Amino acid sequence: MKINSPLEVYQYLPQTNCQECGELTCMAFASHLIDRSIKLEDCKPILEDAYKEKYQDLSELMAPEIAEVIIGVGEHAVTVGGDDVLYRHQLTFFNPPAFAVDVWDTMSQSDLIERVTFIKDYKKFYVGRFLTLDMIAIRSVSGDPDTFKHAVTLVMEHTELPLVLCSLDPAVLQAGLEVAAEKKPLLYAATKDNWQDVYDLVVEYNVPVVLFAPDELDTLKSLAITFIENGCKDLILDPGTNPQGRNLRESFENFIMIRRAGIKEGQKEIAFPLMAVPMTAYMTNDDPVSASYWETVLCGVFTVRYGDIMILHSIEPYALLPEMHIKDTVYTDPRTPVKVDSRVYKVGSPDKDSPVFVTTNFALTFYTVESDLASNEINCHLLAVDTDGLGVEAAVAGGQLTGKNIADDFKKSNFDFSDKTSHNIVIIPGLAARLQGDLEDTSGLNVMVGPPDSGRIPGWMEKNWDGK
Amino acid sequence: MTKKITLSKLNGLLKDMEVEALEGVTIEGDIELEMDAIGGLNPQLAYMLGQETAQIAGHLINISQLLGYPVDQLLSKPVNDDKQRMIKPMELNRSTFQVNKMEEWTNEIQEVTLGASSSDGGTRKSIITVGGENALPYYFDSPMPHRNHITMDVFDMPIGMAKAVKSNYEDVMDSPAEWAKKNVNEFGADMVTIHLISTDPNIKDTSAKEAAETVADVLQAVDVPIVIGGSGNPEKDPEVLEKAAEIAQGERVLLASASLNLDYERIANAAKEYGHVVLSWTQLEINAQKELNRKLMKQCNVDREDIIMDPTTAALGYGLDYAYTNMERIRLAGLVGDDELNFPMSSGTTNAWGARESWMIDSPLKEDSDWGPREYRGPIWEIITGLTLALGGNDLFMMMHPASVAVLKEITKSLHGSLARDTVDISNWVTTKV
Ligand code: SF4
Repeated sequence: MKINSPLEVYQYLPQTNCQECGELTCMAFASHLIDRSIKLEDCKPILEDAYKEKYQDLSELMAPEIAEVIIGVGEHAVTVGGDDVLYRHQLTFFNPPAFAVDVWDTMSQSDLIERVTFIKDYKKFYVGRFLTLDMIAIRSVSGDPDTFKHAVTLVMEHTELPLVLCSLDPAVLQAGLEVAAEKKPLLYAATKDNWQDVYDLVVEYNVPVVLFAPDELDTLKSLAITFIENGCKDLILDPGTNPQGRNLRESFENFIMIRRAGIKEGQKEIAFPLMAVPMTAYMTNDDPVSASYWETVLCGVFTVRYGDIMILHSIEPYALLPEMHIKDTVYTDPRTPVKVDSRVYKVGSPDKDSPVFVTTNFALTFYTVESDLASNEINCHLLAVDTDGLGVEAAVAGGQLTGKNIADDFKKSNFDFSDKTSHNIVIIPGLAARLQGDLEDTSGLNVMVGPPDSGRIPGWMEKNWDGK
Repeated sequence: MTKKITLSKLNGLLKDMEVEALEGVTIEGDIELEMDAIGGLNPQLAYMLGQETAQIAGHLINISQLLGYPVDQLLSKPVNDDKQRMIKPMELNRSTFQVNKMEEWTNEIQEVTLGASSSDGGTRKSIITVGGENALPYYFDSPMPHRNHITMDVFDMPIGMAKAVKSNYEDVMDSPAEWAKKNVNEFGADMVTIHLISTDPNIKDTSAKEAAETVADVLQAVDVPIVIGGSGNPEKDPEVLEKAAEIAQGERVLLASASLNLDYERIANAAKEYGHVVLSWTQLEINAQKELNRKLMKQCNVDREDIIMDPTTAALGYGLDYAYTNMERIRLAGLVGDDELNFPMSSGTTNAWGARESWMIDSPLKEDSDWGPREYRGPIWEIITGLTLALGGNDLFMMMHPASVAVLKEITKSLHGSLARDTVDISNWVTTKV
């Protein structure tokens, strides 16, 4: 972004305070544009002819430092790039890295289908939503265009996920494009040897492309400039992911240098999303567990430092789970509150005999408990105590979770036990066990101590809860 | 410049250029036009026709529009089509890549040494130095003088731990000394941490004196530098750490920890008196970290080279986003000149084992895909937690699982540049057979 104060943005807006965007004033809208929590197009008046120039100028000034590239079409399309800062606390990072898991064209038909199905269905619940995988990378191992085309067709029959077509042979890429072009796959890759032919494909089929120049930043930049000058804007850069030793360090440095050039120094010709290939871990580790571990480690390194697309091979849950979590860790918006409203929530359809649980309003804690209860079909009431967004253990230690707070928050929610329950019992988290007496004294309720981890509530219920 | 031209001549000119603007328009009698500078020349038109003819055409268009002919629309279509303008590039536009170093990073991170050899009044055979950086970890701006180090946990009593961890220590759990030896000799620990958790009045209430003997045993058993941890009980810890500091006199141990919720001055004084380093521990709050460091330096007169920080570690999926960003902010603040934050950092990476993903046999949620075997899930959880913090600037890691230690060492040494490994030709990774 070339502009950083709301006042500057304001100069370009219609300044009518018409509120069509949902904001009270154009100035308020301007400050949301600066923190990128709203889109310029949400101001409908500026799209009118009268403001055409201002709209265009502002769009340009507001464009993120790193280009955004869209891969795929429809609801599964992924956008990568679009960052404006080098460190997440300076704003937030946008567009989490897209994880592309590989298949290859020498797999048997049944293996291929099974793998694609696994990739598209893999999910893990986390803070109110599911973490999933984003794309399929199809590698040409055979080197044969028809074999590749067949594999691409088969993959497309079984998933809507966007594709990366991987081969350094333009003839193979073309075969893939013949069947997949309208899904806007990502082409991998143009190199210093094949770039003219790949360029033709990019223009003919209008698809995004990866420029691949392992360990050669001069070549990478030259390729980028050549493509830009000839009308290609949807570029992704792969400076190479060396899997080990000092070469790995070089790759790491390359990612940092390119991103610094793009964001800090405004070098537009290299300000594109970056691709990392943690899968190169399999080129040095023979043992599958070591390879899978190392791939996860590389994925972690390049998720923290500027990778925007990852090509991954392992589909072991012990690799996928930490990978999906590190992506979420780095790309979670540090500006958004992580609290839920403090009140009594209904889980399922509780009646008077259903249990009443207590947890805190820290979003992660709350969603974990709520999903554990819901998933195990436990109908109940659940109070999220206002602990200012602290988890149970920290809130007990810090005094934000006390017997009095719990009793007060039930009152604030108008939750009257004699009316809503037949049992007058409240269940507190195992990690808050020491509040039992305090809460009994302040509330007059019968207080039971639940397990220390809400994942164990079902077992605890079996032993301790008979509805009375 | 003014030119004279007739309308019929113009029409013919445009026809040659395949602009059929006036075709079908009958012109009765010829009109002579004065050509001068034209306003509002369509740049696309200029591009397509060349500047001089475009000027002429501009006039023509004005006229034909007067006649009610939609010339603009006819012209704009082919010109807008990008493909027509692309001419296949024949050569790479050769360029060189260059980027500057960070000029803002002018302030060095404090170097801190742990462990003292006999010449310095201790009995350690290995000495470890952390800190001294002038850049974020592994950045090219400035070499990182010391690699990351790992200290492995020892507890002064058997404790509950994840199965995957426990299986490594079952034979040594009753003996902190044996446990410490195993960490160093079998698992390659750079240091060991003795956690005196049994001193907690709510656990065993072991006396400070007894706990100090355990420390002596550990110092006897291994010759690496050690960390001494209390139980986390704010009332008891100062006393426990004082006694431990006394018995470890001269060994330059790391005393864990001074914090704002206990009598940090006693910890600081113990460190000063017996020649140790203080771990300044705060909970995910950069300003609290500044405050405690300031108090240690100004109020307690602890020397700069005797402070390491622990800004708190939260597990992957359970607040690591805060822990990571907090560390990165602290490190960046230190590098650009904040002398209350430019200390080396330590992480209780073992906290990763609190994440249910690291120890639960399977997901408690029916909707989740399979979580796979937990004996592989746990160590990688610890690795990724540690790795993320390593990238954010953490220097020293307190860890638990031997496999996690081995992998974290491998990756941090690789990024540090101190690990030679074969070069792999990655140019054709696409065809890898796996
Ligand atoms: S819609 Fe546009 S013009 Fe109207 S208030 Fe919002 S920013 Fe201002």
